Amino acid sequence: MAEAGELLPVSPQSEGRREGGEDTQEGGAAAGTADPAPPSAGSPGTEEPAGDTKKKIDVLLKAVGDTPIMKTKKWAVERTRTIQGLVDFIKKFLKLMASEQLFIYVNQSFAPSPDQEVGTLYECFGSDGKLVLHYCKTQAWG
Amino acid sequence: MTDDKDVLRDVWFGRIPTCFTLYQDEITEREAEPYYLLLPRISYLTLVTDKVKKHFQKVMRQEEISEIWFEYEGTPLKWHYPIGLLFDLHASNTALPWSITVHFKNFPEKDLLHCHSKDVIEAHFMACIKEADALKHKSQVINEMQKKDHKQLWMGLQNDKFEQFWAINRKLMEYPPEDSGFRYIPFRIYQATTERPFIQKLFRPIAAGGQLHTLGDLLKDVCPTAITPEDGEKKTQVMIHGIEPMLETPIQWLSEHMSYPDNFLHISIIPQPTD
Repeated sequence: MAEAGELLPVSPQSEGRREGGEDTQEGGAAAGTADPAPPSAGSPGTEEPAGDTKKKIDVLLKAVGDTPIMKTKKWAVERTRTIQGLVDFIKKFLKLMASEQLFIYVNQSFAPSPDQEVGTLYECFGSDGKLVLHYCKTQAWG
Repeated sequence: MTDDKDVLRDVWFGRIPTCFTLYQDEITEREAEPYYLLLPRISYLTLVTDKVKKHFQKVMRQEEISEIWFEYEGTPLKWHYPIGLLFDLHASNTALPWSITVHFKNFPEKDLLHCHSKDVIEAHFMACIKEADALKHKSQVINEMQKKDHKQLWMGLQNDKFEQFWAINRKLMEYPPEDSGFRYIPFRIYQATTERPFIQKLFRPIAAGGQLHTLGDLLKDVCPTAITPEDGEKKTQVMIHGIEPMLETPIQWLSEHMSYPDNFLHISIIPQPTD
């Protein structure tokens, strides 16, 4: 559905430095424990208006099991990006083969349909200003 | 209560008479006769069309056949939407039988998800139920169920067994008496006139003041263009299971009685027919 190449989520680094510190913190706690990072400890939303009008949302990507972690965990993603678009991006980022499967889960409970948009998922399942998604190479929560 | 149980049955046993025709450019060895079927509204196209597939493959050479897909008047039909929703959204107010074109070539990758086996449908169906319960009960009810209960929901749908399905599904429709409704209503609103995907937001069944939210309240909140202004001409129809429920209907009641088996209310907004 989506071309991973041109649809790269903007990394925090290239968007400004506001989340650099948080990345480091999360990197330290990357063992899969609960996310202790204080949401946007600095000054959140200085670049974009908050709420519905914000064009991009923050997505936190967490690896499950032996799936490789991503050094950068938090990404600004367009609301209209589909789950499939995100899957393509993660696979490319982790240099997985196109044939390898990648599953994405919301709330560590359900796998949204590939054509679902992250903006909608954020509206319904986001918390603390971000949407937490878990990804893994094998089915984790059935 | 007896009346309300009847609603569940009426929804479950809703059927759409359908005529399947092979796409004109498919190569056959003999002429392909059309195939007629009563499609269950609550089911999925790829779950109930084994006979259709066999019927057309009989007249085709093996090498001409790849993944089957369906189209109505140029629109590829998403198998992962329930059949009733597809009909309400694309074919309301047209003559029956519903005329669906069958394709075995040129799979429209951009529009449709692949469906290589029934397992894919089961996974999609269960994911929807889990998402719905995340909204209704913070996933508590679905998580407390056993694997065999999950299987029973799926088998009930697959084998069209109303009692088998509802023996488990009723638990997903319960809520604590002190709450008088679900946490949030699982709904999706589809618009025939836009390419945009469905609208889905958080919406509570009970207003802050304690009164019941209605279908009209939901639309006013998340899709105001669907509502006819008081002095205006009616331009849209709001369809669920082929009917236009009154906008005064409490949304909690609709969620309990007119959700699809995936536990979502699938609401179609379509243009009002002009004649």
